[in-house]
Amino acid sequence: MLTCKQFLQELNDYLDPSSDPDIRRHLEAHVTQCPNCFVIVDTTMKTLQVYKGMQPQSIPDDVKARLWQALERKMAARKQQLSSPALSDRLPFE
Amino acid sequence: MNPSSPAPISFDETALVARARAGDEQAFTELVNHYERKIYRLAKHITQNDEDAEDVLQEAFLKAYEHLPGFQGNSKFYTWLVRIAVNEALMKLRKRKGDRTVPLDEPVDTGEEMVKREIAVWEDNPEQRYSREEMQRILDEAVQSLKPDFRTVFILRDIEELSTEEAAETLGISVAAVKSRLLRARLALREKLTRQFRRKGEDVFAYL
Repeated sequence: MLTCKQFLQELNDYLDPSSDPDIRRHLEAHVTQCPNCFVIVDTTMKTLQVYKGMQPQSIPDDVKARLWQALERKMAARKQQLSSPALSDRLPFE
Repeated sequence: MNPSSPAPISFDETALVARARAGDEQAFTELVNHYERKIYRLAKHITQNDEDAEDVLQEAFLKAYEHLPGFQGNSKFYTWLVRIAVNEALMKLRKRKGDRTVPLDEPVDTGEEMVKREIAVWEDNPEQRYSREEMQRILDEAVQSLKPDFRTVFILRDIEELSTEEAAETLGISVAAVKSRLLRARLALREKLTRQFRRKGEDVFAYL
């Protein structure tokens, strides 16, 4: 049987459903017999769940306003660039 | 352009990116509206600094707008945007290298001592026992206490849900390094949250 140290080094594989089923079965054998690692697996899974469930908070209004000001300047600059093509584009080829 | 307009109910990233690439500003606006909060959160998590996070937010979207015509669509637009934002955020961190405002945590080994640490079952549904703001603070503080290298990998893999390969490419490190840092980050966070959420007043193994 694996030691706890060996099991913890492979914890990501155990938590990843796409891991090789044989590897997961091998790791499962340790978890079912080790209360400590069972709790570590359980609380690690809960840790990932609470982070995945965390919705991003709103951006402060002033930060958002400055983002849009910067984007509008960028978009306006591009429009100006497109409406006044480079000199080489305006001159007929000789 | 209406910056405050809500994101559309049905969000078709591929179609919006195609329109934005063709010069449709409204389409780009919708992409920004849809992702700005996530990019800001990512920037704050990595830089841990409001001013730097704002710079990263702006730079990420300005660069995305500028380089969108060259976006090949080999990855999802959001993954591409995350890479731009992470690069900007890491540049901020590098500039601050040596700056004491980046808190460092003791490394967490995955060795034998790990099993002697906080091993306790959690109270039921901690998400429901704390207010949204309080939960947010607890989770943010735990992430912020990680070393930047571990924190960044955790954010990319477990919050932004990039693949191991995408995270490795974004950070310019090996797949093995991503896996090892992710393991250490997950175990460190588990331990920090266990201190907060452990079931109190009961035998920790009562249910076994």
